[in-house]
Amino acid sequence: MPVRSSRFVRHGWAGLVASVLPATLLVGAAAAATPLSGEKAAFPPFDVATFSGQLFWLAITFGALYWLMSTVALPRVGAILEERAATISRDLDNAAQMQAKAEDTAKAYESALTEARKNAQAIAQASRDAGAKASDERRHAVEAELSAKLAQAEATIATTKTSAMTNVAGLGSEVAIAIVTKLTGQAPSASEASEAVDQVLARG
Amino acid sequence: MAAGGGIDPIHQFEIHPIVALRPFGLNLSFTNASLLMVLVVAVISIIMIYGSSQRSVVPGRLQSLAEMIYEFVASTVTGVMGKQGMVFFPLVFSLFMFVLAGNMLGMIPGSFTVTSHIIVTAAFAFLVIGTVLVYGIVKHGSHFFGLFVPSGVPGWLLPFMVLIEAVSFVSRPISLSLRLFGNMLAGHIALKVFGGFVVALLAAGGAATIIAPLPLLLAVALTALEFLVAFLQAYVFAILTCVYLNDALHPGH
Repeated sequence: MPVRSSRFVRHGWAGLVASVLPATLLVGAAAAATPLSGEKAAFPPFDVATFSGQLFWLAITFGALYWLMSTVALPRVGAILEERAATISRDLDNAAQMQAKAEDTAKAYESALTEARKNAQAIAQASRDAGAKASDERRHAVEAELSAKLAQAEATIATTKTSAMTNVAGLGSEVAIAIVTKLTGQAPSASEASEAVDQVLARG
Repeated sequence: MAAGGGIDPIHQFEIHPIVALRPFGLNLSFTNASLLMVLVVAVISIIMIYGSSQRSVVPGRLQSLAEMIYEFVASTVTGVMGKQGMVFFPLVFSLFMFVLAGNMLGMIPGSFTVTSHIIVTAAFAFLVIGTVLVYGIVKHGSHFFGLFVPSGVPGWLLPFMVLIEAVSFVSRPISLSLRLFGNMLAGHIALKVFGGFVVALLAAGGAATIIAPLPLLLAVALTALEFLVAFLQAYVFAILTCVYLNDALHPGH
């Protein structure tokens, strides 16, 4: 990847130039300013006499910082963050489980409800059928009874009518005998009279 | 900071001993610079160690700050180097926080800026490059030097490329240390110079007094800029540290 490396080269040089330029200017300015401030000859950041002490204290303080951060602070903060992430994901898992459970319960409730509805419909249908059957049977029984009574009544009427007709025929022949006797003075025989009545009846 | 009647913009960078220590002829005195270094470590420790001491799942203010800094640096590290880069997380974190706290404490008037001394920034830069070299060679052996041999370059160009890569590598600690040092030094000098203008104009009296607020406004704006620079340079330092350490992790181009 030459592009990347050349970018770093450029960056390196640019950084170097960008850093050196103001520094050089400042050193020049400092050198110019130093006589004004008096007896201090060296520009403090370039005063070699302070280097050993600065390096010594920097090593101590930075060493202490590195030790404190790497052994105490960073593992602790990392553990806190991990624990929080774990707690949140656990809570989310719990919530998801709860929701699934609630959905299952709702589904079970729904199915129980449909089943109950189906059962209720079946029961209603059965009771309706049973009621219809019972009323049918009773109706049939009543009808049969009524038709039997009707038949009996018709039979009674028929016999009554027959006997009544016989009586009418008898009465008719007596009346015919009486009328013929009155008209002709001669009494027809009973058989002639009844025959004649029968003929009339049969005609009428 | 008046010295001899004038305003000396360099005075703020002077180091003077608080407790003189000279063992074996070495000047290891506890100076104002040392004091600020100790304060830097103390401030970071208060935020990171005291702040996280509650270990609460729902964080307080200081713990939120500690977590925010942790995640910020961690995302920078993993963003540049990937998950493997977390081996260098404590180093990058310590560097970033030391530089950031040093820059920020330096913004307190009358304070001292640790990072305005080239020996400090150079020590950090060489620590980074030293880590790159040691880790790279220990981890990858001679393969680490493939860093200087870009792939896909024609043979006749290779010596030049190796030379350029080597120069680029060597210039890294220099640019890394000078960038931070130069920024902090220049910013503080500029602030002091504009502050000095205000005093000088007021002292001059007459018409000069009327325009005295102008450099004051500039000083205020510069202060805001310096806070930005203080953070930005710490961040740049951390990012470049990550980029350089990435070479130790993945030396192949």
